Amino acid sequence: MKRYFHNFGERLIEGILALSGAVTSLTVLLIVVFLFKEGLGLFSQHPVSEGGVIVVNNQNPVKELSAKQIKEIYDQNITNWKEVGGKNQPIKIFRLEDITDYYPEEQLGANFEYLPQRLSELVSKQPEIIAYFPEQYLSKNFQGHPIELENITLGSFLGGKEWYPTIQPAVQMGVLPLILGTLWVSFGAILIALPLGLAAAIYTAEIADNKVRNTLKPVIELLAGIPSVVYGFFGLVVLVPLIQKVFGLPVGETALAGSIILGIMALPTIISVTDDAMRTTPRAMKEASLALGATKWQTIYKVVIPYSISGISTAAILGIGRAIGETMAVLMVTGNASVIPHTFLEPVRTIPATIAAELGEAPQGGIHFQALFALGCILFLMTLIINVSVDMVSAKKKANR
Amino acid sequence: MSFTSNPNLNKSKRFWQAFAFNSFRLLSFLVVAILVVILGFIIINGISVISWEFLTEMPREGMTKGGIFPAIVGTLWLVVGSLLFACPIGILSGIYINEYAKDGWLKRFIKLMTNNLAGVPSIVFGLFGMALFVNKFGFGDSILAGSLTLGLLALPVVIRTTEEALKAIDDSFRIGSLALGASKWQTIWKVILPIALPNIITGIILSVGRVSGETAPILFTVAAYFLPKLPTSIFDQVMALPYHLYVISTSGTNIEASRAMAYGTAFILILIVLLVNLLANWLRRYFGRKVKMN
Repeated sequence: MKRYFHNFGERLIEGILALSGAVTSLTVLLIVVFLFKEGLGLFSQHPVSEGGVIVVNNQNPVKELSAKQIKEIYDQNITNWKEVGGKNQPIKIFRLEDITDYYPEEQLGANFEYLPQRLSELVSKQPEIIAYFPEQYLSKNFQGHPIELENITLGSFLGGKEWYPTIQPAVQMGVLPLILGTLWVSFGAILIALPLGLAAAIYTAEIADNKVRNTLKPVIELLAGIPSVVYGFFGLVVLVPLIQKVFGLPVGETALAGSIILGIMALPTIISVTDDAMRTTPRAMKEASLALGATKWQTIYKVVIPYSISGISTAAILGIGRAIGETMAVLMVTGNASVIPHTFLEPVRTIPATIAAELGEAPQGGIHFQALFALGCILFLMTLIINVSVDMVSAKKKANR
Repeated sequence: MSFTSNPNLNKSKRFWQAFAFNSFRLLSFLVVAILVVILGFIIINGISVISWEFLTEMPREGMTKGGIFPAIVGTLWLVVGSLLFACPIGILSGIYINEYAKDGWLKRFIKLMTNNLAGVPSIVFGLFGMALFVNKFGFGDSILAGSLTLGLLALPVVIRTTEEALKAIDDSFRIGSLALGASKWQTIWKVILPIALPNIITGIILSVGRVSGETAPILFTVAAYFLPKLPTSIFDQVMALPYHLYVISTSGTNIEASRAMAYGTAFILILIVLLVNLLANWLRRYFGRKVKMN
């Protein structure tokens, strides 16, 4: 009997341990569920700004427009209905504040109680009008029909070149500038961090004596330990003014500033992973090379580096992963302009910085909120791909041994 | 490994070796120099701001005067809260992976998921914490929601540390204990864990540094721009050091006037990291010696 209880206790403990072991997997699963549930909601939304409605005259054959077309119309890049599949007549843009051009104030009522009626009248009289106003002013027997906005599609979301999530009358949800901005800054960071990190790793693993190695180790640990917001602060007060001065720019908040700070932040990852990889080079291989008359340097670049190349590529991938997901430092130094970057001396905006800067202002459950979660999905997928590929590289390495 | 100079080594070979080695040495010193510059800059500018008043008073006059006491208290709450969540689960999980899980797809899957969780960007933790803890569970912006979010972030670190610590223990300890008739759990509880504990504690101390400096996960789960009073329960919002530094250096009402406060806050954050690292190194050395003496 005692033995039975004893066994039961052991089983119970094992069960509790297994449950704890499942927490990380469960968390990853929950992250996927919550991120995608909220994020995918975006694709069933009309991109018309929250609480607004876009209407045209009843005779107008145009029933549906894309968000991009609406913006082009309101930017007056499209000026004729013909261009969007309607009759050959100029487009007349109407915004709510224009109402006083058509009706004197007394006809609108002291509290604008006649406004819905007047709007209806106006739209029915003007065949070429396109009007945008808050939904609350849409009267029940409105003379005119609302424009259906095409749903946001995955293609227009990923391929769209404009990110204006709060613009009226139709929000522009194109994340291409943000994706490119993220990759651009991360790519710059790795260009800076990889040579520096490799050199430091080779030096610590192969050249330096123990004393130097023992001082470099805490340095790397400290670099890894400094909070990203402190890096951002340092970048903001030192690096940004420096870049502005050196390159004679109007603002110092640039992709370059972001790349430098991210490069520094990626250094510890790159150094420690590369260092670990190099140290696994079998001593016999190194000694064989030296015995054949190779110099120490020849041994390093002909034996040690080729042997640890998968470790070095793992380091590079992990470094990029760190750079892609970094939020605060980038938010503080890159200027956050959502344009497709062309040089390193322009402001850029990355995906994490966009989420951090905008989520606080996005109304919950709204289209902007969902778009930011969709951005989170993209970010999550990017890092997932990186982690899985690292796992595959190291699994392959193990199999080769 | 020692290298004896080869008399046949020709000049060009020797030149390239010297050139390569010196450039590597230079670049390595550059890495050290970067750290020294960053730390030096923050410490030199920040240390003059530190005073008893700065550490124990509320911010005043739009964050340009006074102290950062509520932010220190808030960060303390969050560190304790997140560790209360991450430590038990993380250690148990590490024990499961290293001692119980059999080699195979399940173990590989759990390890892969732990790695994935470690690689998830901190802002995604923020999004997730907001969706699950703040909205779904209805905790609102609170210490509870923030601590759980930060705890999830620290979880993979604790798991890995535990795993490494357990892996480093020689199997002879396990076999010896089992041979004496102890059960598996008795072996782990009485023999393995006491040996692994110093390393596990070191790892947890290092994760204190990480948790206290994280900003993105608390942006939407707990952090407040300014609160006139200290939190009284885990359902209150708090100010926190990293978020405080972010707001007063980027979006304060008067950025120039609050610069001194920002330097002071950055100094405190750096100080936490330095202390945590020193403590961890000291523990490592202290316990290292102790084990050797046994």
